[in-house]
Amino acid sequence: MLINWLGALPGAAAQGMIWGIMAIGVYITYKILDIADLTVDGSICTGGAVCAVLVASGVNVWVAMLAAFIAGMLAGLVTGILHTLMGIPAILAGILSQLILWSVNLKIMGQPNIALPARNYELILAQMNINQSLLMLIVMIAVFIPLLYCFFGTEVGASLRATGNNLNMSRAQGINTDITKTLGLVLSNGIVALSGALLAQYQGFADINMGRGAIVIGLAAVIIGEAVTSRLSFNLGLRMLGVIIGGVIYYFVYQTVIFLGLDADLLKMLSAIVVAIFLAVPYWKKNYFTKAKGVKVCSK
Amino acid sequence: MLEIKNITKTFNAGTVNEKVALNNLNLTLKKGDFVTVIGGNGAGKSTMLNAIAGAWKPDSGSIVVDGIDITAMPEHKRAKFLGRVFQDPMMGTAADMQIDENLALAKRRGKSRSFKWWIKAEERGEYREMLKALDLGLEERLTTKVGLLSGGQRQAITLLMASLNEPKLLLLDEHTAALDPKTAAKVLEITDRIVEKNNLTTLMITHNMKDAIAHGNRLIMMHEGHVIVDVEGEEKKSLTVEDLMHLFVKQSGEEFANDRAVLS
Repeated sequence: MLINWLGALPGAAAQGMIWGIMAIGVYITYKILDIADLTVDGSICTGGAVCAVLVASGVNVWVAMLAAFIAGMLAGLVTGILHTLMGIPAILAGILSQLILWSVNLKIMGQPNIALPARNYELILAQMNINQSLLMLIVMIAVFIPLLYCFFGTEVGASLRATGNNLNMSRAQGINTDITKTLGLVLSNGIVALSGALLAQYQGFADINMGRGAIVIGLAAVIIGEAVTSRLSFNLGLRMLGVIIGGVIYYFVYQTVIFLGLDADLLKMLSAIVVAIFLAVPYWKKNYFTKAKGVKVCSK
Repeated sequence: MLEIKNITKTFNAGTVNEKVALNNLNLTLKKGDFVTVIGGNGAGKSTMLNAIAGAWKPDSGSIVVDGIDITAMPEHKRAKFLGRVFQDPMMGTAADMQIDENLALAKRRGKSRSFKWWIKAEERGEYREMLKALDLGLEERLTTKVGLLSGGQRQAITLLMASLNEPKLLLLDEHTAALDPKTAAKVLEITDRIVEKNNLTTLMITHNMKDAIAHGNRLIMMHEGHVIVDVEGEEKKSLTVEDLMHLFVKQSGEEFANDRAVLS
């Protein structure tokens, strides 16, 4: 039993890192831009579908992953346009995109799922070859996080951070917040689709349902990551690394409760409950656990 | 420098909440004018600043800044002409960003933002000098998150940000109202210094009549969406709070009923 559990940990780590990359996409919208973007449930599948279809038709896997990244960015662009040009609240814009993507993903694949067996194709990840997968993921993350860190240190990246931080102030400083929001959604969904491409390779198939509840897993990784790094530093690179660690911890816990014999049908509900509680904690702290200060006189 | 011509704005038109916020407002500012704006609640002071800043489009009329008609220009585009400080100290700065980052955001107002690494060492030195002039000890805290600062410090930084990049017009919307009296006085002193040093054309809303008289070279009083009193120069310098109250009663035909303005 214990041996089984230990044996499952490397696989959990690999899955955790893949979902951690996805969660960095969630971090960009949810934490940096202050938008809850539900597009990700669809765009992660889009990434998997594009990658699977292209690889199955003989395209090089790296090219297929690039295509998946671009497809995800387009999905983000659709959400961005719905939100900024059409004035639809972000959460609803994401839901609409998600529904659009359901049809798009089926059309991309032509069927509800596509097998992508590692023995037939040249893939960069595979469940059968965990060590190589782990190494590849670590290398990718080591390239990826510094790249993102640099992006958020540019003038454009800083205007994205400012937009999420204070919308009115950003406009007053001449930032076109419609563009920065859309740019953030594009980048975020590109990353999410890329993780979908990695996931499809790792599990050996792309499936129309692979993104269901992705936002919750992403939020869980973001929240766990915050808990791990919040006391250490405000550094954005470290925060993003924390999100990856959050994903890994999530999958360790996931694997553990399965080994403890928990009904796998209940896992999504439990994930949602855990995320709900963690999202509630700051609110409770603010409203119930702080002493009321004197009533502030509002002057206008 | 600023020409507001016949601006009208009605909120919630056609409903029971209909409110004529600006009613044929006309105002012209010369370059270098420092105008203080007073008036009761709902007189249209903030609405006027929002019209200039571009929060929404007026129903009619036009706004011209330095010869450029900005009436239909989107908010982020006209931002390059304007420096703004708000009543709420939280509103003018990005709390989770560092002091130098906030200043750098303002320094790029009206310029295109590139994929270059953004704050360089010499720029930081420049900010350090500016902060030193504020005399609040902030020059040693460039990398502190603005959210950790007090309301007065945040307003001082917002003022500095507003003055960067040579705005054509500085808009101050009761920017000391949320501060304690001592801090408010300090921020007003900084305001005077910054306005004078950069020779900024300024519109400053205040609910404090004494401040309105003591600062600037011109004073306007608004009522029901337009200007009812406009005094400048020597005449303004010799004003008293009582004079202002008499002027209000004479011009508006109403009793003066704003305790807050009288008492503070």
